[in-house]
Amino acid sequence: MGVTAKISIKKGLIKPMDEIQKTLLEQVAGLHEMPAGAYNIRANGKSTDRATTAHIDIVTKTDKQGIDIVIKPGTKKESVHIPVVLSESGLTEMVYNDFYVGDDCDVTIVAGCGIHNSGDADSRHDGIHTFYIGKNSHVKYVEKHYGSGDGKGGRIMNPETRVEVGENSFMEMETVQIKGVDSTKRLTSAKLAENARIIVTEKLMTHGTQTAETCFQVDLDGEGSSANIISRSVARDESNQIFLSKINGNHRCKGHSECDGIIMDSAKISAIPEITANHPDAELIHEAAIGKIAGEQIVKLMTLGLTEAEAEAQIVNGFLK
Amino acid sequence: MLELQNLCFQISKDTTEPMNGVFSAKEDSPAGKAPLEKGAAAKEIIKNINLTFDDHSFIAITGPNGGGKSTLAKLIMGIEQPTSGRILYNGTDITQMSISERANLGISFAFQQPVRFKGIKVKDLIALATGKAMGSTANNAVGKTTSKTDSEPAGSQKTTPRVNLPNACDYLSKVGLCARDYINRDVDASLSGGELKRIEIATIIARNTPLSVFDEPEAGIDLWSFNNLIQVFEDMHRESDNSLILISHQERILNIADEIIVLAEGSVKARGRREEILPELLRGTEGCKFYSTPQMA
Ligand SMILES: Nc1ncnc2c1ncn2[C@@H]1O[C@H](COP(=O)(O)OP(=O)(O)O)[C@@H](O)[C@H]1O
Ligand SMILES: [Mg+2]
Repeated sequence: MGVTAKISIKKGLIKPMDEIQKTLLEQVAGLHEMPAGAYNIRANGKSTDRATTAHIDIVTKTDKQGIDIVIKPGTKKESVHIPVVLSESGLTEMVYNDFYVGDDCDVTIVAGCGIHNSGDADSRHDGIHTFYIGKNSHVKYVEKHYGSGDGKGGRIMNPETRVEVGENSFMEMETVQIKGVDSTKRLTSAKLAENARIIVTEKLMTHGTQTAETCFQVDLDGEGSSANIISRSVARDESNQIFLSKINGNHRCKGHSECDGIIMDSAKISAIPEITANHPDAELIHEAAIGKIAGEQIVKLMTLGLTEAEAEAQIVNGFLK
Repeated sequence: MLELQNLCFQISKDTTEPMNGVFSAKEDSPAGKAPLEKGAAAKEIIKNINLTFDDHSFIAITGPNGGGKSTLAKLIMGIEQPTSGRILYNGTDITQMSISERANLGISFAFQQPVRFKGIKVKDLIALATGKAMGSTANNAVGKTTSKTDSEPAGSQKTTPRVNLPNACDYLSKVGLCARDYINRDVDASLSGGELKRIEIATIIARNTPLSVFDEPEAGIDLWSFNNLIQVFEDMHRESDNSLILISHQERILNIADEIIVLAEGSVKARGRREEILPELLRGTEGCKFYSTPQMA
């Protein structure tokens, strides 16, 4: 772990975090206090707290909203947290965060967005995260989305993630959105170089009249590259989900995507796979299974003494865990 | 004490599968076939069964495939509803009770074909089993009813009860599984049939309820584990006052039961002490007077 240099931006002008913001932070970043390592906290449209390390620099963009996160080659076992919280109703923002990860790194990046909206106007966070990953690196990227507040205003998040995975590098991406986001459109695109790998695990739950659309677009350009996209989702009430995945195999490569959905009440899920082999040695698989909770699973848990509702909750929780 | 009184179960004819012996694929499917009123075109699966199971009894139920053994077990657990007749448990009529209510009264059931779950770990399942189990002691029942009164919103998450790991390991090693290798595995398609079956048995051992029904516990279990399993059932019987009902085709299991019931074509063909019934069964299906009914071609 490098030396942590803490810079509070525009100190004195910033109100201390209130309870709502703290709760949001905890939900999206698992943070109870300031994290170790590098971080940048963005609250209601402004960076409020930042720390850098000897190997990880964070620089505010001058041409648009957002930051550049620069991770020096050889940085190992370090982490970057860049949570975003919105607690003012009616706030809309578009943020660009670019990650430059050097060669031979092993880092964990935790992003996430929490929106609390108790007003009538929509609150909306759109973010584009772009990763430029060098060679022989391992990046674990965790992204959590969470909404709260009972205002009529919508809580909207449209995250876009663009990834370029360099030779022999490995990107592990986990995204979780299980509560309170009314509308989401997420787009993840990845380009993989020789022997590069990406694994994406997505957990999604929608309820009420929420809508969620997720789209993956993966280009397996490099020889020996591979991608595994795993989506587990639960749609309840009247909610609606669309899962799209497009994998292009442009070289000798392996691509696999899997969409596993549970529908409850009168919710709807569509899974639309598209796999294209542009090379004779591309191996691409798509699996999708959508249906309600198997009756026998509920029966089994009831024989252990759970009520039907408890059984259902256990099954859904386990599925999204 | 468990009493089955004039128990009947029918299903409508058009939903029955052809009687060609492939029904086992259907076994343990959730109650989906609506039982019919008497008189309608129906197939009788359980025909007017009267049976009493005393406390601390160790009874094996055997009989040909398709004889109705699994169906009987499901009727006891509440997974199927009888067309007519009553089920009494310790004097209480439980015929209308849900599966959960019966489970909380102290009835357990190990499925013939255990269920798989994505995302539920072996230790979660054991924790759920123990956390929701009711021991043989009566004061537990009181605690249960009082805690039931707080109305929780549907779908609210009960925290998974913590099971202490040494115990969980105990249950697993009893069924011949090395706990360290299995405790954190998902109870999903990655487990083999035999592994899944043993985990199923472990959860029922963990529940430790006054009445446990095991549906063909030997199926898919290797010889070494099978020897252990016999020991486990014997220990359970010796060390507690709980009752065991084992549905089985295995001579060695029948051989440790106190009593044997022969069920064929939905009726009790014989019931008696092991010493009386077993020799007759061992004469082979051809010569066996319990099996050789005209309809059984
Ligand atoms: N869901 C079902 N649909 C149609 N037939 C069923 C169903 N369940 C059981 N049966 C029939 O009931 C009979 C008894 O089945 P079962 O209780 O599973 O027998 P056993 O466990 O003794 O082998 C069989 O003839 C079987 O085909
Ligand atoms: Mg059976």
